[in-house]
Amino acid sequence: MLTSFPILSTLIWLPIIGGLLVLFAGRNNDTVAKWLSLIVAGLTFILSIPLWTNFNYDTANMQFVEQVAWIPMFNVQYYLGVDGLSMPLVLLTTFTQVLVIASAWDVIKERVEQYMGAFLIMGGIMVGVFTALDSILFYVFWEALLIPMFIVIGKWGGPRRVYATMKFFLYTFLGSVFMLVSFLYMYWQIGSFSILDFQNMPLAMNAQILIFIAFLLAFAVKIPMFPVHTWLPDAHVEAPTAGSVVLAAIMLKMGGYGFVRFSLPITPDASMTLDWLVIGLSLIAIVYIGIVALVQSDMKKLVAYSSISHMGFVTLGMFLVYDIMQNHGTMAGAAIGMEGAMVQMVSHGFISGAMFLAIGVLYDRMHTREITAYGGVVNKMPWFVMFAVLFAMANSGLPGTSGFVGEFMVIIASFKANVWYGILAALTLIIGAAYTLWMVKRVFFGAVTNENVEKLQDLNKREFAIMATLAVAVIALGVFPSPLMEVMHTSVGNLLVQATTSKL
Amino acid sequence: MNFVIPSFAPAIPEIVLLVMASLILVADTFWSKRFQNATYYAIQATLLVVGYLILTSFSAETIYTFNDSFVRDSFADVMKLFTIAVSFGVFLFAREYLAQHKFVSGEFFVLGLFGVLGMFVMISANNFITMYLGLEIMSLAMYAMIALRKDDGMAVEAGMKYFVLGALATGMLLYGFSMIYGATGTITFTEMKDVIASGSADGIVLAFGVVFVVIGLAFKLGAVPFHMWMPDVYHGAPTAVTLYLGTAPKIAAFAMVYRLLYEAMPGLVGDWQQLIIMLSILSMVVGAVVAIAQDNLKRMLAYSGIGHIGFLLLGVLAATDNGFSAAMFYVIVYAITGVAGFGIIAALSRTGHEFDRIADFKGLNQKNPWLALMMLIIMFSMAGIPPFIGFWAKIIVIEEVVAAGFTWIAVIAVTTAVISAFYYLRVVKAMYFDQSENKGPVEIISPSLHWGLSFVAILLLALGLLPSSLIDLCYLSI
Repeated sequence: MLTSFPILSTLIWLPIIGGLLVLFAGRNNDTVAKWLSLIVAGLTFILSIPLWTNFNYDTANMQFVEQVAWIPMFNVQYYLGVDGLSMPLVLLTTFTQVLVIASAWDVIKERVEQYMGAFLIMGGIMVGVFTALDSILFYVFWEALLIPMFIVIGKWGGPRRVYATMKFFLYTFLGSVFMLVSFLYMYWQIGSFSILDFQNMPLAMNAQILIFIAFLLAFAVKIPMFPVHTWLPDAHVEAPTAGSVVLAAIMLKMGGYGFVRFSLPITPDASMTLDWLVIGLSLIAIVYIGIVALVQSDMKKLVAYSSISHMGFVTLGMFLVYDIMQNHGTMAGAAIGMEGAMVQMVSHGFISGAMFLAIGVLYDRMHTREITAYGGVVNKMPWFVMFAVLFAMANSGLPGTSGFVGEFMVIIASFKANVWYGILAALTLIIGAAYTLWMVKRVFFGAVTNENVEKLQDLNKREFAIMATLAVAVIALGVFPSPLMEVMHTSVGNLLVQATTSKL
Repeated sequence: MNFVIPSFAPAIPEIVLLVMASLILVADTFWSKRFQNATYYAIQATLLVVGYLILTSFSAETIYTFNDSFVRDSFADVMKLFTIAVSFGVFLFAREYLAQHKFVSGEFFVLGLFGVLGMFVMISANNFITMYLGLEIMSLAMYAMIALRKDDGMAVEAGMKYFVLGALATGMLLYGFSMIYGATGTITFTEMKDVIASGSADGIVLAFGVVFVVIGLAFKLGAVPFHMWMPDVYHGAPTAVTLYLGTAPKIAAFAMVYRLLYEAMPGLVGDWQQLIIMLSILSMVVGAVVAIAQDNLKRMLAYSGIGHIGFLLLGVLAATDNGFSAAMFYVIVYAITGVAGFGIIAALSRTGHEFDRIADFKGLNQKNPWLALMMLIIMFSMAGIPPFIGFWAKIIVIEEVVAAGFTWIAVIAVTTAVISAFYYLRVVKAMYFDQSENKGPVEIISPSLHWGLSFVAILLLALGLLPSSLIDLCYLSI
């Protein structure tokens, strides 16, 4: 076993230090910057694989734990560990990291070292978010992530990038500071910042409600949920391709992860009382935002809205547990909803990442994302369209792709909770298919509409490799999702017990 | 009554400062013609010697001397050490600025050293007279420093403003002192505490006295609504002076708050806590909102300083040992960050171009990525974003406010932190996202400044990653 090796710290600090190295070593040499980044990202991914291979499936306890006193005066600890809920997200992060670096290879021409360095640093920080077991450490990573993302969107983004990046920063910062106050409040109650201690502490109802709302703000902004979602389309549209990929594939997951790590276990009674709120907002996101996606003329915006809609499934699946308990008196169906939510997070990471990369490929060639500027792309880029259509199908939830698994599980669970929830959630299969396929039709198929499309070149080897990797991931997870679910199984069971055990 | 020779040992740092400042003042008149930098080096050497003296005689014991008018305790020692460290940095950054702007600099450093002496006396004061003495030594030095450039209208105006308002504040403070003396019959803090606790003093007179003392303190700190002088003075003064004003005196002002409110009048906490709550909230809100409208970086930093004072007062209003420790940590962090923030303006300014508009920072990342990175660290540290030290300063005072039962104030505090993040981001935006207005390169005046500035900025990051020792130091010394 590798238990004595500080694998999580390595996954955090290797990319961060590597990123700083890139900043200096690659200052006047783009080639060095690119290769060094790719090597660091690749190494990080390889080093993260033992997390999976050495994972103990039988326990819900934290694994690969590292614990060192950081600020003894306040009992703040450098405390890391993963369980079945966070381990897949760590792997998703390290995996996406490699693709993100590769995707920017020829595209970024200005200050390459800063771009690559920022993404490496972000990668390390995101692993930190998913592995931190001390709430202050978690918060440090959570907030620190904003700095490189702010720079990336603002510097390499589109024309309205400054507006978008300011909005992004301030929205997410505002959301999370209340979370910080909650942490401080709980610390003052029990004298520890450990998340596991928070999960076991008793909390009065009114305190739970306030803490729940503070958490909700923080995580809802990040996911993002209706009505605090408005920063996301702006950020996505303006962000460079790799920025969009990181945003959609990983940063949004931080919000969902927050619910399972904080809201449900720490404030179970408030979660039960206010579950209607989260479910209601999730259903609005699924249906209403789906319809909004339908009318977008910008491909990236369309996928951004579709992200919000799909992330609605994540929050929906998580909070169905209380209704199911009431209806059936058991948690049997709840596990499906929760696992579906978790699978949906991972799957959406692949699919949205793939969608944004595909749009990026088109954008690099034509420098527009307007749907109307395209048409008949398939005639010029058959390989590309093959992948793009696969991802689009996955996005609309075609069975056999990863998009189907999570959504299907959540829909089953929502029928168990309430028929209307089920019906509304299932609507997404229609709406999602509608906006995705309509875009596919207008962009990829039909006759070649203009001479710009006529000049398009098909994928080069690098792009092909990236697309193929993601395609394999999407199909593998769709056909054979059980390895992922096995990882989560014990932890999800434990989470459900925590979420339904009253703290009053 | 027998005359007992008091123990001078606890006051040796002050004595050395006074003697050296006086000697250098005289010597400067001979030196300045022949050796331009002699005064500067003498001053810095004095600071190092005094710092060494404090370090070597460091003890956790509390010693009173000069008939209980002077106290030496671990709080005083730690505060003085940081005053020294911050002043050292200030003088380092100021020298190049003064040389660049061709103004005779001997007086600046001598006055600065006298100011440090005043701060030392304030930090160690244990009665009203000593406190007042220290305050006036410091303030007089600063009045003169601001107006040192006789030919600069703005500087003279700023000096005038500071003098008039400073005198008014001192008047308020003295008025409060006199009432409290009238009610308690003593000017010594340690006795005052006992008299107030015994309940024999007239409550109404005491309450009035506290109000005036707090007003005087608020003036000195620059807390809203007594903050009006700060933006004008910071803006009008030469950057080297702003650098001085905005950093070390805040440490001394906090020491004054600690000695007066917490050591002398803990029994009146019910009276002053309410006032401090108001000052704190107003300062945070005004500091955050008004700074948004500023285009001048010095003015912006002045308003941001007002906001920081609001945060500092969060620790004070908690009115506990830990609360004051948190505030102490906050003020030290603020002073260090201030050295970096004003220092970068001083380091970049040239004759005829102050480099103090936010627009001047446009496109800095293109011209000088290292410098832009340093400024980014400084701004994010001020905004309280992890992993920089400013984050810990904020989180600790907020934690102490929550522990004191004022969670609602903590919510206000973090909200203002979000608002203020906006204007710090504006600077980052200018550096990274905007195109520069002029073509020329941006370089720091000299290598020593470059290294000095890089050191302070990286210190903000290093302390942010490993804040434990500084936090422990503050918590163990109160």
